[in-house]
Amino acid sequence: MLKINNLKSRIGNTEILCGMSLSVNAGEVHAIMGPNGSGKSTLAQVIAGHSDYIVTDGSVSYMGKDLLELEPEERAHEGIFLGFQYPVEIPGVNNAYLLKAAVNAKRKHQGLGEVDAFEFLKIAREKMAMLGMDPKFLNRGVNQGFSGGEKKRNEILQMAMLEPSLAILDETDSGLDIDALKAVAEGINTLRAPDRAIILVTHYQRLLDYIEPDFVHVLSEGKIVRSGDKSLALELEEKGYDWIHEAATA
Amino acid sequence: MTSENIESIVNKRYEHGFITDIETETFAPGLNEDVVRAISARKNEPEFMLEWRLQAYRQWLEMKEPEWAHVHYPPIKFNEISYYAAPKSDDDRPKSLDEVDPKLLETYDKLGIPLHERARLAGVAVDAVFDSVSVATTFKGKLADAGVIFCSFSEAVREYPDLIKQYLGSVVPRRDNFYAALNSAVFSDGSFVYIPKGVRCPMELSTYFRINAANTGQFERTLIIAEADSHVSYLEGCTAPMRDENQLHAAVVELVALDNAQIKYSTVQNWYPGDENGVGGIYNFVTKRGDCRGANSKISWTQVETGSAITWKYPSCLLRGENSVGEFYSVAVANNMQQADTGTKMIHIGANTSSTIVSKGISAGKAQNVYRGLVKIMPQAHGARNHTQCDSLLIGKECGAHTFPYMEIKNPSAKIEHEATTSKISADQLFYCRQRGISEEDAVSMIVNGFCKEVFKELPMEFAVEAQALLNVSLEGAVG
Repeated sequence: MLKINNLKSRIGNTEILCGMSLSVNAGEVHAIMGPNGSGKSTLAQVIAGHSDYIVTDGSVSYMGKDLLELEPEERAHEGIFLGFQYPVEIPGVNNAYLLKAAVNAKRKHQGLGEVDAFEFLKIAREKMAMLGMDPKFLNRGVNQGFSGGEKKRNEILQMAMLEPSLAILDETDSGLDIDALKAVAEGINTLRAPDRAIILVTHYQRLLDYIEPDFVHVLSEGKIVRSGDKSLALELEEKGYDWIHEAATA
Repeated sequence: MTSENIESIVNKRYEHGFITDIETETFAPGLNEDVVRAISARKNEPEFMLEWRLQAYRQWLEMKEPEWAHVHYPPIKFNEISYYAAPKSDDDRPKSLDEVDPKLLETYDKLGIPLHERARLAGVAVDAVFDSVSVATTFKGKLADAGVIFCSFSEAVREYPDLIKQYLGSVVPRRDNFYAALNSAVFSDGSFVYIPKGVRCPMELSTYFRINAANTGQFERTLIIAEADSHVSYLEGCTAPMRDENQLHAAVVELVALDNAQIKYSTVQNWYPGDENGVGGIYNFVTKRGDCRGANSKISWTQVETGSAITWKYPSCLLRGENSVGEFYSVAVANNMQQADTGTKMIHIGANTSSTIVSKGISAGKAQNVYRGLVKIMPQAHGARNHTQCDSLLIGKECGAHTFPYMEIKNPSAKIEHEATTSKISADQLFYCRQRGISEEDAVSMIVNGFCKEVFKELPMEFAVEAQALLNVSLEGAVG
């Protein structure tokens, strides 16, 4: 589904990704771990198409298409979803309104008719029930005055509504207390599907206690230095990132 | 003044050699007493009206153009403007939509204005400079049954001189300001509304204003009188074709609400704003004022201002009657080189009067957007209350938003609240929306509409839809 080959990217004059490669197939859950500044979030932003990140080399193909050629909204239409580390607030714009606009933009791209307000609310309520969310969420401004946990849960709701093929969840666990973490992780688990790939970007292994990944990759200085199964995360937790760093530079 | 003089001023009549009235067109540029007399004569006005105009003209001569507004423009040459432009003959106007500037039609298309309306706006076969006459005609029977008068100002001067004598200039005196005095001298037409005691006007009254001819000023005059216990909602839409030179629009609107009466006045203004480089566009220097003369009366102004090169406009309320209520809801958009200096004045005179101000200013491009408001509590206005909310939204890096709230509080029992915010549409917000599949333009429009929601909900339904569409058109290309 996703093939990243020797990807190099910089922001300003700082090179952050220095030739990273990764392959992700449908149905898989990959965890990308690494210390601060290793390039985890950059990877997520590059895949989503943030214009601050300049790709200098390498390629990213997604479902056979050259992903780097597509505008951010086109990537979204093609089924790429980024769960933001810091979801922005959009005061005055109703949460339901944004969601409906997003769902309909994607449907339009797929050549499907728009869902009307009635149909939309029905689907939204179902998904919210599935994620254990209060329907009142829908009528609030987008992320406006939401707690950290509410914002992250709202991202998962958007993911549930948009039904992406590839979801990248950037530090979805950061800033969450244990109850919120469990709720968010449960939400993600219900969205695991054979035709959907999920990339979890995380600093800590604790998220992986709740969402079991198929693969774990460790990113250091803009490259994947180690890949393995979930036991790698545990080893990392025990030995710390210095261990990887030493192994990489040794 | 002799009739020969009048004829010589109406020069185009001779140029084209036509004699019938319908062929009369535009007066030669310039302003003097003869022009004022000629306008009055053209409209078959009674003597009192001419006298009133002449006094206004003489007062205007002694007045100075105001300079306090936060707007910049080269001096207006008042002698190069033509002060009267009657409907053009059917020979000159476009015969069908095919002959209308396609760019203008494109705009109407984006606004979702229905075809027959587009024809009307584009000046096809209808006198669109002032169109309420035809609207009034359509529903004349229904309105007459209710006792409502809705007609052109000229007709009111001839048919209802007593009402005109009693109310004209009673809210905005002739010498109120430079442009009000000019308007009082040379106003061409406008609309007149009279709602009798106890009547709830059975429909929304609406007017489309349009400046058609080049090099002309437009000076319309609107007077709305709501007798005790009556209710009326009035809508006005404004549009103008694109021209290279600036055109002056100086209107006066007076509203009078007697005991328990309510007037709701909504405007969607889309005068031509000039191009991206600031060439052309309307100078919109307007005086709008409502007088809550009676106890428990209410006047509510709602405006969506997207057009004009320069807007200089402060719809105000004089809250004289006890418990009277004034409201002002405004969205002002300034894009490219547009300048807007707009706001309101709430003058609390009666006891327990209250006012609400909600102003939303949006600036994009290199535009400057100013909110200027006055809340004045007079010594006898015990228990007066005001709530002001003033929000600015910036799109891009080169625009500006300025807020000048003035408060004059002369009664210690007053309760005044003022809230102000300034925000920007951030790159992060746009990227977030785009990642969700929403295009940048749709995202901007969504954010702007969210910002304006409180004002849009005050507009009558069909106007709210038009206002949203208008906003999207006005801000097209504002990002990126």
